[in-house]
Amino acid sequence: MSDNKIGTPLVEITGLSKWYGDFSALYDINLTVSSGEKVVVCGPSGSGKSTMIRCINQLEEHQVGTIFVDGREVKPGMKNIEEVRRDVGMVFQSFNLFPHLSVVDNLTIGPMRNKGISKAEATEIAMHFLERVHIAEQADKYPPQLSGGQQQRVAIARALCLKPKIMLFDEPTSALDPEMIAGVLDIMIELAEDGMTMICVTHEMGFARKVADRIVFMDEGEIVEVAEPETFFNNPSTDRSKLFLSQLLGH
Amino acid sequence: MNRNTPPPSKLKKRLTVVDFLLYGAVALFIFYAVYRVNDVLVYHWNWSKVLGFLVKFDDESEAWVSNLLLQGLWTTLRLALWATVLATVFGIVMGYWRTCKNLTLRIISRTYVELIRNMPPVVFIFIFYFFVSSQIFPALGIEDIDSEGAFASSAMFHFMFGDPQLFSNFLAGMLCLALFEGAYITEIVRAGIQSTEKGQWEAARAIGLSPFNVLRDIVIPQAVRKILPPLAGQFITLIKDSAIISLISIQELTFVATEVAATTTRVFETWILVGFMYFILCYSFALLFAHLERRAKRSQR
Repeated sequence: MSDNKIGTPLVEITGLSKWYGDFSALYDINLTVSSGEKVVVCGPSGSGKSTMIRCINQLEEHQVGTIFVDGREVKPGMKNIEEVRRDVGMVFQSFNLFPHLSVVDNLTIGPMRNKGISKAEATEIAMHFLERVHIAEQADKYPPQLSGGQQQRVAIARALCLKPKIMLFDEPTSALDPEMIAGVLDIMIELAEDGMTMICVTHEMGFARKVADRIVFMDEGEIVEVAEPETFFNNPSTDRSKLFLSQLLGH
Repeated sequence: MNRNTPPPSKLKKRLTVVDFLLYGAVALFIFYAVYRVNDVLVYHWNWSKVLGFLVKFDDESEAWVSNLLLQGLWTTLRLALWATVLATVFGIVMGYWRTCKNLTLRIISRTYVELIRNMPPVVFIFIFYFFVSSQIFPALGIEDIDSEGAFASSAMFHFMFGDPQLFSNFLAGMLCLALFEGAYITEIVRAGIQSTEKGQWEAARAIGLSPFNVLRDIVIPQAVRKILPPLAGQFITLIKDSAIISLISIQELTFVATEVAATTTRVFETWILVGFMYFILCYSFALLFAHLERRAKRSQR
């Protein structure tokens, strides 16, 4: 449904495979995400969705295949991986805010250390993004004092502070109480409407329908189907995606 | 009862019959020990002789100055403080290496820890003393430091390292103690670093922090809070372990105590007094660390 124009390829994954010991976690993944595009990745648990997006910023190391992020190849053991990571924002299922730092310090630490900007300047950026996730009044609290939904919104703001070119969401609402989910999804929808390039691993099919340009369905470490939301939900082309959808939406 | 009723007060804890029986048993034991010493051994206590080794009146400067036992205590304190600083440095570096991906660093730190942990401290100290301090120090020229030189003879030097003529001796003891305790601190630091959740490392990396900043800004601050209690315990252990250094003739408290006990023949009094001195020293550090811990907890919220 997005009206934003879709531009040049931002993430290009070709022939990506990964094993944990002898277990094949990912097999021959090919996916290109262009700037401005919103891709939702879904599939049963253990299907390699998280592993795939974690390879993009090398929190997981792949063994075979190539990944390009904004024209730069990322590979295991590379130097300057930090430079790539600064262009790739990531939001985790379990928030992973730094509990010993206040909310605003959680946001300023990245820009201050990475870009060497002053505390005042970093705070200004931080407050801008805290306002954007509607949580500026909590700036001086510590993460454990916030609700799960608030923590996740802070985590989104923390990623945005680095002005990333792409945002990765790794099941951002799976650890939240039901009444907290809408607040976080709203932020993500706003972000999508502003034209941010996004790859979201999520089970929120309502969100997927509303925001996604493409749905990527994975099972057992492979991409089984890639389709536009309407096609995917109304007319899935494989048995595995049919089964998955019936389990997810059936009751 | 309504919403504003205060909560019911807690039951007061009272001493029970069992408690009184236990107190009685302890009192009886003490009474018996004193009785044995006084009537069976016929031991004549003479504290004044030993207490005289704490402070003495110096005729030259006409003032009270610390005598052997107090000097020993100062040496123990100096040893313990410097060894603590050094052991912490070893512990942080080696503890970090223990968690590194680099195999060489892991081998070095693992070897260090295992060598020291699986050897009796006394044996380690003898090996260290006879090889390192008798072979390497002369080679490094540490034996030849000019004890009359401007820095060595300054009051500052004396305050920090004691008698300059005993400096290489002091250095050997201090290094020995630091290496020995460093191995234990290494393991505490390793546990602290590894206890930091995987998600914290990942989040820190994901915002593009360099490996050094990940450690300094995210992992170490969280680890320090967790390892403060075991670390404090290790520092106090270090003070107590410094007694072993007396075996290589470092003139710390235990070493001078053996001398005092021998010259005065007041064995009971000497060791009870020295035990009390160690207790005061260690206990005051325990109180200090407990205070620091409470403060760290408060600031953590």
